[in-house]
Amino acid sequence: MAEAPGIEGVFRAEYGRAVAVLVRFLGDIGLAEEAVQDAFATAMAKWPETGVPPSPAGWIITTARNRAVDRLRRESSRDARHAEAARLYAPDAPPEEGPVPDDRLRLIFTCCHPALAPQSRVALTLRLLGGLSTSQIARAFLVPEPTLAQRLVRAKAKIRDAGIPYRVPRDADLPDRLGGVLAVLYLIFNEGYTGDPALCTEAVRLGRLLAELMPDEPEVTGLLALMLLIEARRPARQDADGVLVPLSEQDRGLWDRSLIEEGQDLVRRCLRRDRPGPYQIQAAINAVHSDAPTAAATDWGQILLLYDQLTALAPTPVVALNRAVAVAEAEGPAKALELVDSLDLPRYHVLHAVRADLLRRLDRPAEAAGEYARAADLAASAAERAYLDRRRRDLDHRTT
Amino acid sequence: MKHYLLSVVQPTGGQPPAPDALAEIMRNVEAFNDELRAAGAWVFAGGLHGPETATVLRPEDGDVLITDGPFAEGKEYLGGLCLIRAADLDEALEWGRKAALATTLPIEVRPFVDQH
Repeated sequence: MAEAPGIEGVFRAEYGRAVAVLVRFLGDIGLAEEAVQDAFATAMAKWPETGVPPSPAGWIITTARNRAVDRLRRESSRDARHAEAARLYAPDAPPEEGPVPDDRLRLIFTCCHPALAPQSRVALTLRLLGGLSTSQIARAFLVPEPTLAQRLVRAKAKIRDAGIPYRVPRDADLPDRLGGVLAVLYLIFNEGYTGDPALCTEAVRLGRLLAELMPDEPEVTGLLALMLLIEARRPARQDADGVLVPLSEQDRGLWDRSLIEEGQDLVRRCLRRDRPGPYQIQAAINAVHSDAPTAAATDWGQILLLYDQLTALAPTPVVALNRAVAVAEAEGPAKALELVDSLDLPRYHVLHAVRADLLRRLDRPAEAAGEYARAADLAASAAERAYLDRRRRDLDHRTT
Repeated sequence: MKHYLLSVVQPTGGQPPAPDALAEIMRNVEAFNDELRAAGAWVFAGGLHGPETATVLRPEDGDVLITDGPFAEGKEYLGGLCLIRAADLDEALEWGRKAALATTLPIEVRPFVDQH
């Protein structure tokens, strides 16, 4: 079993690439996945004795391709399938080793095609590019495993039957399609933020991959920077009891400096390009937070300016709520409360948490307690609930 | 090449467009059909009379029963269809986009089962 972690590591790193290459060979995602899984099963049996080969990815891809050809030969009764199998052995087939970033990029865009349901895009991206198991994805998104499995089967069948092409869209389609891809990655990241941290790691890994493959798209850089800057605070975000620690109360010494530096460097690169988009601006906001040695030293004026810019580009109620938090710091809680009260987000726990905090600061503890309770009721994670309950109890102590 | 069906989705009980607007829609639809023909993607296209003109033949005990009216009342019905050839879904969706703009109605794009 000594080699098992080695195989696990290769699996995490190379599964997506191997599937992407095999999809190009076979033109069918289901067949490609089976072939790659076959190859990893063979590796599990062989590598503990022979050791991990010098190019594990190349080994997996070659083995998977041979398995796929065998399988097609065995199962095919139609001439077309024979021809296909023969073509795979053609000497002018593209080399199967070395980095093939375009294959993974194509697969990302295929998984995030607008013709697929949004939940299917997320699940498929995690399955095919991240190599996460159906049960892992189901757990992370709190869906029953059979539901998720069915969703994946349906999505793969739609790609095959409807003829969703396996390619990066043309430039003209790119803003639309890339937007969908970035939304999927950020959704995966956010899911991990309050749930399974492995999803954050996976989203950051896919974000790095995309940034490497599309270095000229500033929003890709922006999203990666945003995720890195938020991820850097993970060690400070919960206390020893698993209670959420908000940004203002975090021990900044626990923040991961190397992630912050990487994120800030990317933000500076975005600024030089001067083609701001929502992800870049959110990254810039987080860069300002990361710059402050203490919460009190935060440059709220700068943050407010960035929120004004973000509001112009993406005038959503959630952006307005976040802007109100900046207004509270820069211009006082009364002004912020007015803004919050004009928003229509009744089921969003953060709104009630923000409102509770503003009421507390305006010395209206009874109303604040009610809002903390409402926020705790709506909060999705135990860490958040624990924090909100604690804030409410602190108020009780003050009023009695 | 795959075949795709572009279905025109009509809302049941919707108001027909004013004559001027209808004339413009018909011109746009004809232009769309011409573009399909020029691109070699055209197989067949046509509009349908409303569901009140439909007759349903239902098999029953080895015989067939003829009744008036559509098979099922729905919020929407098939208002017309267009059969095209396209390399893949993206190409079919591009035609579907043009069809939606020409007809001013939702278009459903569905692949035909491949014929070998």
